[in-house]
This record gives sequence, C-alpha cells and structure tokens, in this order.
Amino acid sequence: MIPEIGHFALILALLMAVVQTIFPLWGAATGRLAWLALAKPAARAQFLWVALAFACLAYAFANKDYSVLYVASNSNSHLPLAYRVAALWGGHEGSLLLWAFILSLWTVAVTFFSHHLPEVTRARIIGVMGFISIGFLLFMLSVSNPFERLLPAALDGRDLNPLLQDPGMVFHPPMLYMGYVGFSVAFAFAIAALLGGELDAAWARWSRPWTTLAWVFLTIGIMGGSNWAYYELGWGGWWFWDAVENASFMPWLVGTALIHSLAVTEKRGSFKAWTVLLAIAAFSLSLLGTFLVRSGVLTSVHAFASDPQRGLFILAFLVIVIGGSLSLFAWRANHVGKGGAFDLVSRESFLLGNNVLLVVAAASVLLGTLYPLFLDTLGLGKISVGPPYFDSVFAPLMAPAIFLMGIGPIARWKESPLPELAARLRWAFGVSLVTALALPLWLGHWTPMIGLGLFLAFWVFSLSLQTLWQRLGGSGYQNLADRFSSTTLAWWGMWLAHLGVAVFILGVTIVKGFESETAVRMQVADIAHLAGFSFQFDGIKSVQGPNYIAAQASIRVTRQDTEIALLTPSKRIYTVQNMPMTEAGIAATLLGDVYASLGEKLADGSWSVRLYHKPLVDWIWAGCTLMALGGVLALSDRRYRLYKRKAVPNQALNLAPVQAAL
Amino acid sequence: MKRLLILGPLLLFILLAVFLARGLYQDPSELPSPLLGKTAPQFGLTELPSQPGETAATFSPQAMLGQVWLFNVWASWCAACREEHSILLQLADTHVLPIIGLDYKDTAADALPWLVHAGGNPYAHVAQDITGRVGIDYGVYGVPESYVIDKKGVIRYKQIGALTAKNLQDTILPLVKRLQSE
Repeated sequence: MIPEIGHFALILALLMAVVQTIFPLWGAATGRLAWLALAKPAARAQFLWVALAFACLAYAFANKDYSVLYVASNSNSHLPLAYRVAALWGGHEGSLLLWAFILSLWTVAVTFFSHHLPEVTRARIIGVMGFISIGFLLFMLSVSNPFERLLPAALDGRDLNPLLQDPGMVFHPPMLYMGYVGFSVAFAFAIAALLGGELDAAWARWSRPWTTLAWVFLTIGIMGGSNWAYYELGWGGWWFWDAVENASFMPWLVGTALIHSLAVTEKRGSFKAWTVLLAIAAFSLSLLGTFLVRSGVLTSVHAFASDPQRGLFILAFLVIVIGGSLSLFAWRANHVGKGGAFDLVSRESFLLGNNVLLVVAAASVLLGTLYPLFLDTLGLGKISVGPPYFDSVFAPLMAPAIFLMGIGPIARWKESPLPELAARLRWAFGVSLVTALALPLWLGHWTPMIGLGLFLAFWVFSLSLQTLWQRLGGSGYQNLADRFSSTTLAWWGMWLAHLGVAVFILGVTIVKGFESETAVRMQVADIAHLAGFSFQFDGIKSVQGPNYIAAQASIRVTRQDTEIALLTPSKRIYTVQNMPMTEAGIAATLLGDVYASLGEKLADGSWSVRLYHKPLVDWIWAGCTLMALGGVLALSDRRYRLYKRKAVPNQALNLAPVQAAL
Repeated sequence: MKRLLILGPLLLFILLAVFLARGLYQDPSELPSPLLGKTAPQFGLTELPSQPGETAATFSPQAMLGQVWLFNVWASWCAACREEHSILLQLADTHVLPIIGLDYKDTAADALPWLVHAGGNPYAHVAQDITGRVGIDYGVYGVPESYVIDKKGVIRYKQIGALTAKNLQDTILPLVKRLQSE
C-alpha cells in the first residue's frame, strides 16, 4: 500500500509541477497577476508531494519491503538501518528521486527567501525550476519508477554494493546533489532575467547568495567523496579523474567562475552577458553530469546500469533545457547594456582572466571525459583517457589561475597602475620564490612540480597575509578595532576561501612529492620500516559485523620508541554478495597520515600488508573545508540579513511595464 | 560578428548533443576485432618472477596449444583491473580454463605487490610486456582486455574492458565449453 501512495504522490507532484511551470510563466508573459500568485503555493505543494514520495520509499527501505523491485535490488535485511535508508540513493531510480526532492527543496527555499524580489521575477524563477522538476518527475514515472513492484516478492534483498556501505554514503550523495541541483537557482535567475530583459546589478545581487550556497554544498560534497575514496578504496589515492568525479568537478569549476563574475557584475556592472552564460553553463554541466552517469555512454568505476531508453530521455530533456536556454541567450544577450569600463591592469581584468582559465580548465576536463566517446562515434577507435592527460593539462591551466588569484584582491578596481602593483607584489614574490627553492631541498629533493606547487601555495599565503595587513594594519589599538569592525564578513569569506586554496595546494604538492609506500609480507611480531616509522604486526583477529565477517590486523606504529598509533586495517567479506572489501587503518595527524591496508593471507600464514606515509594529506581536505567555510562566511554577511527586513511590497510597481506593454 | 559569437555556445552544444545521441547506441565496451578468427600473434616474453629480481622462464603462446585459454591484459596502473581481479580469482578457482596474463607497460616492482594487494594471483603464467610491443600486435586499445584462444591457437573472442560476472556467465563460459569440446 505504502509504495502505491508514493507512486501516486509522484504523479500528483508532476501535476503540481506542471501548474508551477505554466501559470507563472504564462502569467508573467501576459501580465496576469492572479496567475503569478499561483507560483508559491504550487511550488510548496509540489515539494510536499515529492517529500511524501521520498518518505514512502524510505519507509519501504526501513521496513524491508522486498516486494518493491528497487528495494529488493539495493537492500538486504542484514543491512544496518542507516545504510538501509541511505540505500535509497544507492541506485538509479532512487538517485533520481533524491534529485527531484532536492530540486523541490531549493524551490521551496526560493519561495521563502525571496520577499525582496519583484513578483514577476520570482514567478519566472519558480516557473523555470518547475519546468526542470517536470523533466525529472516525468523521467521517473515513465522509465525509472522507484516504486515498481516485484511479484512475487523476493525473500531477501540483493544487498547494497559493499563499496557503498560506509558513512560516506549517508552524507556524500545528498551534499553533492545539494550543490549540483543548487545551481538550478542561479540558472533560473538567469533565465528569468533573460525573459524579463532586466539584466542589471540587482539580478547579480540576488543570485549571489544562492550561487555561493550551492557552491559550498558542492565543495563539501566533492571533498567528502574524495576523502571517502581515500580510506575506502585502500589505495591511498584521493582523486582518480574518473568520469563521474569529473561530472561533479566541472560544475564546481564553472560555479567558481560564476561566483567571481557575479561579484564583478554586482559591483561594477561589467561582464553581464558572460555571467549569464556562466550561470547557464554551471547548471547545464550538472545536467550533463547526470546524463553521463545515468546513461552509460561512458564506462566508469561508478558504473550504473545503462539503458538506451533512459539515456535518450535525459538527452532529449538536456537538449530542451540547455538548447532552449542557449537559444534564449543568443536571442536576448545582445540587449544587455555595457558595464563600467576598466583598464587592462585592474581587478576586473584579473578576475576575467581567472574566469577564462577556470572555464578553459572545465572545458579541458569535459574534453578528456568525452574524448573516448567522440573517437568512438567517429569510428576512430577506442581509447581511454586517464590521469596522465588530466594531470598534464590541468596543472598548466591552474597555475596561472592561482597566480592571478593571489593578485586579484590586491589590485584595485577599474585601474591599477602596473608599477605600483608590482611594487606591492615584490615581497610576496621573493618569499614564495625562496620557499619554492629552499624548502624542497631541506625536505629531501626538488623537482620542478614541487617547486611550482610550493611557489603557488606560498604566493597565495603571503599575499593573503599582505591583504590582511592592508586591511587591519596601521597604528594604535583603537584603530585596529575600528578597521576590524568595518571589515565585512564577505571580505573574510573571500580571504578564508583563498587561504583554503593555498592550504589545498600545499597538501597536494607535499603528498605528491614526498609520500612513500611499501608492500611487505608480515607475520606476528614482524616489524617493517617506512619513512622513519616502525610498524609492528601484532596479529589478526576475526570480527563479526552485522552483514560481513572481517579479518582485522593490529599494527602498532612507533617512532623513535614512542608509540604513535594502533592501526587496525581489516579485510571484510560481505556475505550476501560474497564480495571482499578493504578497510584501511589510518592514523591522521596534522603533519601527515600513516596508512595501512591489509592484503591477502599467504600460504605460510603471513599476511601481505601495504604501508603508506602520506605527509600533509589531510591538508587537501582541510583546504576544501576552509573554502567551504569561506563561502559560509560570505553568506552570513550583514547585507543578506538586511534584505529580509526590507521586504518591499513592490509588485504593483514592477508589473507596471508589463501591463503597459499589453 | 558579435551575433555569431553569441550563437557560439548554442552551436557547440548542438554538436555535443549529436555525439551524445550517437554514443547512446554504442556499447563502450564492445568492439569487433580484426583479429577474431586469426591465429594469435606469437611472442616470447619473460614471465613475471615470484619475487622481484628473480630470474624467470620465457612464456610463448605456443606452449598453450591443445588448450582453450583466456588471455588477460592487465597492469598495476589500471583502475578497472582492480574491479576485474576478483572475477578472475573466482574464475581461477573453478579451474575451467587456464588464465594467462599480459602485464602491459608495467614493471615487476609494481606488478608483484599489486597482485598481492589485489587478492592473489589468478594467472597460470604472466608474460611481461614492458615496452608494450606485444600489445600492439594484439591491438590492445586499453587495459583491461581479454581474449579467448582455442586449442589451435586461434582468437575466438575479444573483450574490451573489465570482465564481469554477467558476461562471463552469459558469453565466455558457454563459448569456452563449446571450444573445449571441439
């Protein structure tokens, strides 16, 4: 019964989404006020129905209802409750439901936090988001119904892929989707602005917090996924340039560009058309990512079932949404007025340069991801594009971007005379150069990549310190307090996020340059040495988990006779699918991780063990966390809280031109 | 000129959509090989030693005449091989047919710990193709790839990409059974 209610709720949600799309958009086009008023209630009702469907499916999972095909294929009675519920998004149908649910969540958020928007604009935004909802709900109801029955019911489920049975599974997909789907708000704002022909600074001001929030979620989502891969796959890697990872990384790159160009559009009125294009591109890449993951055109370690019918549906939807919005852009973007002029050397041009580099980087990731498909389609053979391509293309593009990122906050808007700018940069340049040359030699060895990485990290560090000094420096305690209170949270957010990039680069550089690993066979009481640490193998005990049995090793790590950590890497056999999984044993410290991964039991009773030392590896994720925190700070800025109080009843005013036109 | 520039994104997207549409009807892991039905190219390569630095014998496909065997191209740098490995181990446990590995563009120093770490060695022999020369003869597009070779040394099946429990069950094992009774 419950699954039928869920199914029915989905149908009602679809109908509601149709209402949410047609009436507001039509009303905005014809100036019918009453129709516009439907936008908010329709969006909220749609949310309630999708939420009900979501709850029904979650209930079916929690309640072990194996008469539902999707539950039977992705869950098992021995699975702990948290994973049973997270298994909801462990497969194709459920992921789509999560997508639709999060989209309606964002839409409802827009209905609650948009008092300051003119009613026409708000109605258009909600209408555009409703259109996207229609696509996903229709997709589920036509070819990917999560509530399809399995009769007769299965005795037990086929189990969730053991790789996904991890706390990461509970948080990572929702976070990632919050980010992905969150770009739909900026997209809807852009389309609404194009439809209304009002691409002004106000549009940028409204889009900014939404874009930043989505970006924060996406940052956390990607970081979580990378961290998960690090400890779950047992190979100590943290990024694999896999098609699905790329699918989440491309919107991030373009989203990052969007945040910055929105800032310019708001502050200086420049880059308007470019910003709109970025808003369209960021969400289009999210949709494209969904297509790539769901259609099976590419092979990936995240491979999901592929079905041409499903792929065709998403592709058709993709063509309508992306093709439609790009056509609208081509038609309307010419009417956008020019912004403020700026000099060749100015903050604007640094931001533009950065924007272009980020977009080119995203395009090169897209090219690498789709290249096998292109060649295949043209009949030129099959290839796979791996980390060598991405590493060699991505680093040269990002290096100048990071260099410019350091200068941006120091340069002035409009024009920043080169000699003066150069004078302000010389200290940072000197410090970074010396560090890049000296630090690796002190640590052991120097390579050009280590040098470049360290240079960029310290370039950003020292320029961050310098901007901080410029803001807060000066004489007197009183003075400092004054300056401190006059510095906005938005500025602190920018500062912290940029610092995060430096921390991230430092982590990546040191790990890539100085990590070490060894594979050994160990018997009880054997000791292995790596990077100044001693690893003593204390034996194996067997552990019984809820749905697996595990062999767990104890490895004592000592350094100069002081015990540092007890690592307990284990090897699990998940009994339902008879699938072995490794669980790495990791001791994390600020300066680096020691990491042990258990291999096989060998004929002579010893075990193969892989040991790693990963210096500063956690700085990678710490850097991402700082970036996300920076985003949160920017969102907490005072001016966004002021908006809420200034709820202006301005609908009559803003409808006037529309009505006049009729 | 500006109008054209503004149409650019749309045109690019249309081009992309055409490729994506055609891509839907291709299986990225299926590909006809010109080598199907032809004799497997000969080679003689040093085998992977059981310990780094040990000397090892030379492997040649000639040695396998009279048997149906699976020739699996893998490498320690290949991500998909990790996934495939558990399938290979299971297949090796059944002793249905010998599995011969070609360690493609790889070194013993990397390959040996990889095998240990990945759960064991399913291969009866592993030939080391350090330069990738033999891979060219076999038309290796990407790793992993697998070939079924019959008793006369003729290639009868080629698979691009990882073996899965499903295609082993549905395609390869029935074919092997048929070839073994030939």
